[in-house]
Amino acid sequence: MSGEFFHTTQMLIASALMIAGVFFVIAGAIGVIRLPDFYTRMHAAGVTDTLGAELIIFGLIVQAGFSQTSLKLVLIAFFLFLTSPTATHAVVGAAWQSGLKPKLGKYKAPAPGEAIVKPKSKTKTKAKTKAKTRRKSPVKKARAKK
Amino acid sequence: MTEFLYYINVGTAFFLLIGMVLLLARLLSGPTLYDRILAVNSFGTKIVLFLAVFALIIGRDDGVDIAILYALMNFIATIAVLKFFRYSALGVSLEDDFIEEESPPVVPRTSRANKGKQT
Repeated sequence: MSGEFFHTTQMLIASALMIAGVFFVIAGAIGVIRLPDFYTRMHAAGVTDTLGAELIIFGLIVQAGFSQTSLKLVLIAFFLFLTSPTATHAVVGAAWQSGLKPKLGKYKAPAPGEAIVKPKSKTKTKAKTKAKTRRKSPVKKARAKK
Repeated sequence: MTEFLYYINVGTAFFLLIGMVLLLARLLSGPTLYDRILAVNSFGTKIVLFLAVFALIIGRDDGVDIAILYALMNFIATIAVLKFFRYSALGVSLEDDFIEEESPPVVPRTSRANKGKQT
């Protein structure tokens, strides 16, 4: 009875760990395909690779029980835990030193002391931005003609 | 009992293969060199996981040894490729590069010292 209980808990823990690991691995792969920039792709790949790999290997360790195989799997988990963030860091550092710049959008993050102002309503902000663009554009045309 | 874990392992291997195919797409269509290096590195990690899962599926422990070997080789290969593309050679000692990088901050100090002498 107790042995059966032990086997069921072992099976459940192993399957839960491996399913979670597969989720992270697939999420990282989709992120590598869909994200727009090298640095965002690196974020998707580097973060999820470490956690997903560790989860899958811990699931395998729980399956293998106390044996030589589980010792080897512990070694793999240790090496991956050391080398995966190091490789990520090295690739990002090489890309940054070679002059690859991140793709930046219009949104700027607020400064640490700056309060975040909530927009009052969407229609007013849209009207303001349209008015600004209308004011600016004739001036630019006039400058271009001169 | 064991059949359920077998199916879980086979499903894990299948989804790892799907993730490897997605990474292959990024590897082939990566706009920059570093995208490709990133894809190769992540692909290697998935190969390690696939080898470990596959060794438990077929019931032979030898595959786990190959997985250890691949985990080490993958890291060394990534670092070697990065170093090769930076220096276009692998036999460069890193000490010379550190000396070159430390020398530029010395220049503003001398300029400040000259300004002090002029005033």
